[in-house]
Amino acid sequence: MNIEFLANFVYIISSILFAFGLKFLGSPVSARKGNILSASGMLLAVLATLASGHIINFQWILIGIIIGAGLGALVAFKAAMTQMPEMIALLHGCGALASVFVDWTAYAVHGAGDLTNTITLYLSIVIGGLTFTGSGIAWGKLSERLPGKPVLFAGQRLVNTGLIASILILGALFILNPSQYNVFLVILVLSLFFGIFLVIPIGGADMPVVISVLNSYSGVVACTTGFVIHNTLLIVVGSIVGANGIILSIIMCKAMNRSITNVLFGSFGAVVKKQGSGEKKEAKAISVEDAFLILENAKSVVIIPGYGLAVAQAQHAVRELGEFLEKNGCDVKYAIHPVAGRMPGHMNVLLAEANISYDQLMEMDAINPLMENTDVTIIIGANDVVNPAARHDKSSPIYGMPIINADKAKTVFVLKRSMATGFAGIENELFYYENTRMIFGDAKQTVQALVAEFKSSHL
Amino acid sequence: MELIYLLFILVLSVFLGFALISRVPPLLHTPLMSEANAICGIIVVGALIAAGAEANSTLTVILGTSAVALATFNVVGGYLVTERMLKMFKKKDTTK
Repeated sequence: MNIEFLANFVYIISSILFAFGLKFLGSPVSARKGNILSASGMLLAVLATLASGHIINFQWILIGIIIGAGLGALVAFKAAMTQMPEMIALLHGCGALASVFVDWTAYAVHGAGDLTNTITLYLSIVIGGLTFTGSGIAWGKLSERLPGKPVLFAGQRLVNTGLIASILILGALFILNPSQYNVFLVILVLSLFFGIFLVIPIGGADMPVVISVLNSYSGVVACTTGFVIHNTLLIVVGSIVGANGIILSIIMCKAMNRSITNVLFGSFGAVVKKQGSGEKKEAKAISVEDAFLILENAKSVVIIPGYGLAVAQAQHAVRELGEFLEKNGCDVKYAIHPVAGRMPGHMNVLLAEANISYDQLMEMDAINPLMENTDVTIIIGANDVVNPAARHDKSSPIYGMPIINADKAKTVFVLKRSMATGFAGIENELFYYENTRMIFGDAKQTVQALVAEFKSSHL
Repeated sequence: MELIYLLFILVLSVFLGFALISRVPPLLHTPLMSEANAICGIIVVGALIAAGAEANSTLTVILGTSAVALATFNVVGGYLVTERMLKMFKKKDTTK
C-alpha cells in the first residue's frame, strides 16, 4: 500500500515535469530544457512503475525495452527533416497499438469489469484500432509508399456507414455482455478497417490536418486506457495531448479556410472546377541577371517558401542568398504560411535545418503589415498561399483563405518551373500582376545562379 | 465514486493542455507535436504493468512485451527526434 502511494506521488511529479516541458516549448530559447525535463519526467514514471510492486517478471520487459529503444533511436537519428511528418505518423501508430495491447491484456486477465469500465474499454479499442491503421495509411501517403491522391471508389459511403453501424451495434452487444471474447475481437478488427477507410479518401495536401487529428486521437486513446487500467498519469497526459491535437487541427483548418468535417469527410477534388479564363493574360519573365540587379538595390526582401522549396532541397542555397543580401545591407525575412510544409510548423524546421536564424522566420500575421514597405518578395515553391484571389474573388475555391500579401510588395519574383497550377488546380492571378516577374527554371538552380551573381560582383 | 475523481482529473487536464499549448508559437509546432507524441508514450507505464504481471498465458506475454516495445519506441523516438529538431533552432551568431 505504501509503495503504491509513493509510486502515485512520483506520477504527480512526472505530470508537473511534463507540464513544464510544454511550457518551456513556448520559446526556442528554453525549448531544449523543456524537452529534457519532459524526458526525465518519463524516466521517473517508468522507474516508479517498475518499483511499484505490480511487476513480477522483468525478463520480458527488458526484451521489450531493448527492442523499442534500439529501433526508436535508430529511426530518430536516421529520419531526414523532410521525413518528419511520416516519422510522427509512425510514432502515433505505435503508441496507439501499444494502448490497444494494454487494453487487450487487461481484458484477457481481469475481464471487462463494471459498466463504466466496459464502456471505456470499448471506446479505447475502437479509437486505438482506428488510430493505428489511420496513422499507418498516413505514414504510407506521406512517405509516398502509397498514392497521395484521394482514393475514392463506388459505394465508399455505404462501406463506411456499414462499418460505423457494425461497430456501434457490436459495441452495444459487448457492453451488455462483456464476457464475449469473439465480439471483442471482431470490434477490434472492424476498427482497424475503419481507420484505413477514414484516411484513404484524404489527399496528400490535407495531411497536416490528418496528422493533427491523429495526434489528438492518440492522446484520447492514452486517456481511455488510463480509465481501463485506473492509471491517473495516463489520463492527465492523454488529455493534454488530446488538447494539443485539437488546437493544431483548428489552426490548420483555419489556415486552409475549411472546416474539419470538410477536410476529413469531403474530398477536395470535388471542389475544383474549371476557372472561367476570359482573355489570355501574359506573365512577364525576367532573367537571372536582371533579377540580380533589382535584388542588389533592394533594401528589404521577404522570401516566401513553400513545400516545393524543400522538395528541391533548395534551403541551403536560399540561406546563402539571404546572407549575401544581408551583407549588401538588405533586411531579409522569411514569411511562413501556417500550411507551408506537410505538417504544422514543418517549414520552420526545414529552414532552421539550413541554419537560418529563427528570428528571421515570420508568421503570416506578423509579416503582412510589413509587406507594403517591402522592396522585393521572392516566392519559392509556394503558390496558393500567395494567390490574391483568396482576398477578393468569391468564385475562387480558395476564397477566404488567409494568404501572405506578396503582391503588396514593390516587386514580386516568382521562381517556378512552368506556368502549371498548384495542387488545387487554381490559376494564380498574382503571376499576371504588373509588379510580378517570373523566373522560370528549377528553384535550386535559379537561387544558386543568383548566389553566383552576388559572388562574382563582390569579389 | 472513483469514476468521478478520474473525470475530475480529465477535465482539469484538458484545461491545462489548452492553456499550455496555446502559448507555443507556430515556429515550434512541429517539435511541439513530436514532444506531445513522446509524452503520449506514457502508455509505457501501462505496458510495463501488462508485461510484468504474473504471466497468465502466452497471449498476455506476447501482448505485454509487444506493448512495451511499441511504447518504448514511441518514447525514445519521440524525445530524440524532438531534441534533434530543437537543436537546429539557432539565433544568428552575433559574435561573428
